Amino acid sequence: MIPELGNFALILALCLASALALLPSVGVFTGNAVLMRSARSLSAGLLVMTGVAFMLLTQAFLTDDFSVQIVSQQSNSQLPDVYKFTAVWGGHEGSLLLWVFILAAWTTAVALFSRQLPLDMVARVLAVMGAVAVGFLLFMIVTSNPFMRILPNPPGEGADLNPLLQDPGMVIHPPMLYMGYVGFSVAFAFAIAALWSGRLDVTWARWSRPWTVVAWLFLTVGIALGSWWAYYELGWGGWWFWDPVENASFMPWLVGTGLIHSLAVTDKRGLFKTWTVLLAIFAFSLSLLGTFLVRSGVLTSVHSFAADPERGLFILGFLGVVIGASLVLYALRAPTVSSQADYSGFSREVFLLINNVIMLVATVTVLCGTLFPLIADALKLGKYSVGPPYFNAVFVPLMALLIAFMGIGPGVNWKRTRAGDVLRRLVPALIASLLVGLIFPFAYAGEFHAGVVFTVVLSGWIVLATLTDLKTRANFSDGAIAALRRLPLSYHAMLIAHLGFAVTTAGVGLTTVYSVEHDLRMAVGQSESLAGYQFEFAGTQPVQGPNFVAQRATIYVSRDGNTIAELHPEKRRYTARAQMMTEAAIDPGLFRDIYVAMGEPLGDDAWAVRLHFKPFVRWIWLGAILMACGGALAAADKRYRSAQKKTVPISTADSSDNRVAQS
Amino acid sequence: MHPIRRQRLFIVLLVVICAGIAVGLASYALRENINLFYPPADIAAGKVPVGKKIRAGGMVVKGSVKRDTQSLRVDFVITDFTATVPVTYTGILPDLFGEEQGVVANGKLGEDGVFRADEVLAKHDENYMPPEVQHALDKAGTADQVGAPALQKPAFQKPAFQKMPEQKY
Repeated sequence: MIPELGNFALILALCLASALALLPSVGVFTGNAVLMRSARSLSAGLLVMTGVAFMLLTQAFLTDDFSVQIVSQQSNSQLPDVYKFTAVWGGHEGSLLLWVFILAAWTTAVALFSRQLPLDMVARVLAVMGAVAVGFLLFMIVTSNPFMRILPNPPGEGADLNPLLQDPGMVIHPPMLYMGYVGFSVAFAFAIAALWSGRLDVTWARWSRPWTVVAWLFLTVGIALGSWWAYYELGWGGWWFWDPVENASFMPWLVGTGLIHSLAVTDKRGLFKTWTVLLAIFAFSLSLLGTFLVRSGVLTSVHSFAADPERGLFILGFLGVVIGASLVLYALRAPTVSSQADYSGFSREVFLLINNVIMLVATVTVLCGTLFPLIADALKLGKYSVGPPYFNAVFVPLMALLIAFMGIGPGVNWKRTRAGDVLRRLVPALIASLLVGLIFPFAYAGEFHAGVVFTVVLSGWIVLATLTDLKTRANFSDGAIAALRRLPLSYHAMLIAHLGFAVTTAGVGLTTVYSVEHDLRMAVGQSESLAGYQFEFAGTQPVQGPNFVAQRATIYVSRDGNTIAELHPEKRRYTARAQMMTEAAIDPGLFRDIYVAMGEPLGDDAWAVRLHFKPFVRWIWLGAILMACGGALAAADKRYRSAQKKTVPISTADSSDNRVAQS
Repeated sequence: MHPIRRQRLFIVLLVVICAGIAVGLASYALRENINLFYPPADIAAGKVPVGKKIRAGGMVVKGSVKRDTQSLRVDFVITDFTATVPVTYTGILPDLFGEEQGVVANGKLGEDGVFRADEVLAKHDENYMPPEVQHALDKAGTADQVGAPALQKPAFQKPAFQKMPEQKY
């Protein structure tokens, strides 16, 4: 009975979403304020209905209702409760429901926090989001209903959640990622609403800016969590694989990063309007493309997609409608928008444009690498795989270029700046970063390494150039705290996000170069040294988990005779699926991780063991956290809340604004 | 030139230069870094260049897995039921590696006809057959002998394969 109620709630949600897409639109066309006002309550209704459906599905998982098909496929009575909860979005249908639920939450949030917007704009934005919800709800109800039953003979036991997903990281990673993915639908809806109304002025940029930044910060956190999860759960210490599923989340991030910078130009200077709209459309289209890639099965094999094309074709069709309709609307409306080109070749506008171009080019290269094997397979050109070397070869030079400009950008003012002044100020930062880069490998490892010099120069350049800018802008005469407090919040946001990017860059480069790993055969009592640490294998003992049995090893890690850590990597066998899993053990640290994982037993109490020494690996995620903090500060800027009351476009930036950075 | 035109020209040039660099890098990287898949039948028939990086895959033949007692070296034979290819690998095998399981190996074919793998991939799902292997087996007309493909894929299963890094020692 309860799953049927859930199904009913889904159908009601579809009805409400259809009403949300239609009624306010009719209101906009006829000028009927009552219909336009209905958008807010319809959004709330959509949230309630999808929320009810989500809760009922969760209830089916928690109570082991194996008559529901996805519960029987993804859960098991022995599964700990927290993973039963995670299992709700552990499969295709449930994760779609999460997608729609989060979309409804974003829609309602827009309805709640847009009191200052003109009514017709709110109606347009919410109608666009309603239309997106219609697409996904239809997809779910038609092709992948989470409440599908197995009747009249339900299985007595479930097949269990894939052991890889039985991890605390899985509790928060997918919701965060989806908050980001789906959040770009708000930026998209604002862009479409602006095109639709024909009022493509700076106000819409100001409205959509905080929303876009919040979506971007969730996506940043989501990607970082995914990378962290892969690092400790997959058992071999990798943190980024250029896997299509990862690329699917990374591409919207790259375009989204471009978008938040381009929105700054549109907001502050009234320029690049059509470009910004296009980026907003791209960011959401890439989110949809990611959903298509992950959900349609096309990644597993083009042939499995061809064999069961219903889901894939639906998403592909939906993708076509969304992108096609947006681009047609764009083609009709964008040419009528004019912006006066009142900036010179050396201005902040140009530097933000450079950021946009590099981000977009990087996205295209990632897209090519992701789609090439699929296209080659579909055209029967052969079965290729495009691996990390391709992505690294293309991506690293582009990011180096980006970082070179990233150091200069914040110091450049709107409209025009004397290039000489800015560059002269940055000479000490450049020299210092080169020196630090050259000294670092000798100080840390005692020998030269070109990759390390490259990494440290780049991240040092961001840090020092950004701090140089801070020094020029802040007046430190009455103490540092007073000086910092005088700077606007959005400047601090930029500062922290850019420093975060430097930290991530340093982490990526240093951990790639300095990681040491050693796979070896270890017998009980055997000792092995790696990177100055001694690892002693003290043996294994059997362990009984809630839904697995494991062999747990004890490995003592010591340095100069002092024991630092006692690590317990496990080799688990999950009983329901008879699946083996490697559970790594990590001794984390700010400057280094020690990572131990077990391979297979080799007989005579000996095991294949993998020992890793991974310096600076935490910096990758620490930087992402800093970037997200920057995003949170940017979204918290008072300017958005007060500025929303003004409906007059502020297209002419006053010159006093030039001293204050808003990026 | 009119300032607006000059600005547009500047933007277009910027895009063209950046895209040009990217295309150059991408085509260079693609030429160097994509690996073509070959089924055992092609390898045994000598259709595969020796010493070039390729991918090979098939079913692990029952009883063919031999472990060295002193190191992590392991030898096994893969088949698509028309031909077999011996494979040698040193390192830790993925959790789901096993006899009569589908595997994909990255590496080079040696002069002696032995495939030297530097990476062995096995899917993290016991019912799953790597698509290339499934395709090769289908071509050999023996698909019935292998397990049915997986019914459902977990949503957040990240790498398509559990990857094994190259051995550094």
